[in-house]
Amino acid sequence: MTESAPAVEAKGLTKIYGSGNTEVIAMRDVSFELRSGEVVALIGPSGAGKSTLLTAIGLINPPTSGAILIDGRVVMEGPVASVDVRAYRRRYIGYVFQKANLIPFLTALENVQLALEINDVPARKARSRATDLLEYLGVADRLKNLPHMLSGGQQQRVAVARALANNPRLLLADEPTAALDSIRGRQVMELFQKVGHDKGAGVLVVTHDQRSLDVFDRTLEMEDGVLFTRPRVDP
Amino acid sequence: MNLAVRDIRHNLARFALTAVGVAMLLMVVMGMGGIYRGLIEDATLLVDKIGVDLWVVQQGTRGPFAEISRVPMNLEDRLRVVPGVRSARAFVSHTIQREHQGLPLRMVVQGLSWPDDKGEWLPLVAGRPLRSAHYEMIADTLLGLELGDKLNLGRDTYTVVGLTSGMLGQGGDGLAFFTVRDALAIQFDLSSESIRLERAARKSRAIRQDIGKTQPFLIERAQSASASLPAIPRLMVSAVLVQLEPGTDPEKVISTISAWGDVSVHTADQQRELLLKGTVDKARRQIGLFRGLLVIISAIIMSLILYTLTLDKVHDIAMLKLMGARSSLIIGLILQQALLLGIIGYSLAYYLGQWIFPGFPRRVIIVHEDLVSLGVIVLIISVLSSLLGIWKAMRVQPNEVLS
Repeated sequence: MTESAPAVEAKGLTKIYGSGNTEVIAMRDVSFELRSGEVVALIGPSGAGKSTLLTAIGLINPPTSGAILIDGRVVMEGPVASVDVRAYRRRYIGYVFQKANLIPFLTALENVQLALEINDVPARKARSRATDLLEYLGVADRLKNLPHMLSGGQQQRVAVARALANNPRLLLADEPTAALDSIRGRQVMELFQKVGHDKGAGVLVVTHDQRSLDVFDRTLEMEDGVLFTRPRVDP
Repeated sequence: MNLAVRDIRHNLARFALTAVGVAMLLMVVMGMGGIYRGLIEDATLLVDKIGVDLWVVQQGTRGPFAEISRVPMNLEDRLRVVPGVRSARAFVSHTIQREHQGLPLRMVVQGLSWPDDKGEWLPLVAGRPLRSAHYEMIADTLLGLELGDKLNLGRDTYTVVGLTSGMLGQGGDGLAFFTVRDALAIQFDLSSESIRLERAARKSRAIRQDIGKTQPFLIERAQSASASLPAIPRLMVSAVLVQLEPGTDPEKVISTISAWGDVSVHTADQQRELLLKGTVDKARRQIGLFRGLLVIISAIIMSLILYTLTLDKVHDIAMLKLMGARSSLIIGLILQQALLLGIIGYSLAYYLGQWIFPGFPRRVIIVHEDLVSLGVIVLIISVLSSLLGIWKAMRVQPNEVLS
């Protein structure tokens, strides 16, 4: 893989919850960068700070200190945002979670279309692009189904399509396969690899599933809020 | 993409039930307004329909709608000779309750000044005006009588010769029109035994008094019919209604009549005002206040419904925020649902009311202005009640998706 520009950079991120006796340091001086097209796994035991890091660079949960740069621009310094974070989330970041979190009253197609319309894409164009994405992710036959009519794997594919709708620079996934069986879990992980490499998005996936680590370009590990790199595991 | 409509479509049954609930509430608000209007309309209907210029009543009283008023029937003749007076006719009105075909029949007996007034001015829907000085009546359809029905009132039997529609008294009872003589006969009807007792009492009083002892012939006269005794006053009527000649200055006529000392004069507008400020004032204020309370209750209930609907969507709202949705999209979702709930509730309330209100025992009059004002109130309530939901939605954090 050729060296590309960083999609996101974290510099010295620290997150402290509570204060005094109840103070908990969830993340300690975490620095890393994720390049465009790079697919990275983030592993570690529960409470290691993985989700804290993910939500911090996803501009959902600001760090206590440190800086976050997206496309080379400082977007967050400590808890203070230097940009409109909502607009940045809309334009630059896609999210996938353990649960698909699809809007229950919208069809699969509408869920993806909504993400585009939120980003001011005209309805007709949004519909066309959403259809293409769902075809790309293999759920073209479920366009008009409401989320409750889809299997867990199908819902997760729709969630990935939604996350990819606006061609994000950064795709963040928090335990996306936790609710799936091993076969479907692997399929979803391979999907992340595919979209990362095909679409050029930096992909960071928090996972407990050690069996699928071979699909990632790199694996990061966190423990007690500290981040370190793990050597690549070849199958 | 309209999220509000899609959410409603998804939860159609719940939304429909909620809308029906809101509609019932708004229908009650609408109905209270209609009852309020009906009360005013019923109270002033007679004054408006009779359409006379002046009401001449007992001195110092405000007329038959406010209190008991008694004036002699010959006041008609005195008034007819006043310059500027075109016509004068006696007004008799009292409510009776009798039994007809085994059911209670409550009616307002209204006297028509025969032969000048045969009831031609009445809005007849069937039959004809009075053609006889006695034993004929015109009844409102509300009384449930048919043309040709015979009704025993007092010692006499009256035949229904005409039917009106929408002629009600201030109590909501149907009006029945008779000649003044018949109306008085019904009002002062006494049984034969009562008459005999009264004559005996009269005789007894005469015997005890000096005049009876010195003039025994008077004792014999005291036992005869009241009509043959000049010392016993004739029957009284409630008021005399005066119609003025065109172009006559009412103030001048009022000034002339007021100088008599035994009567008071009120214009038709004053009688109307008297009715609204007097007899029905408390009832209409009570209904008005109750209506206000219902509007407030509706607003509170709608707020709670919309707040609950918003609570159900907290997770989805958090997801929308995570996706970077602007606040306007989320506010629009809640506001549009509030407005749709208000509009659908209002429309349903209107149609339900059209179906239900005619079955009410008293008139429920829904006028255009009330519909428009309630419509505006519903829109305002919808917007205000959505504020609680919007406030909640604005406090939702995107990271709540993770919870």
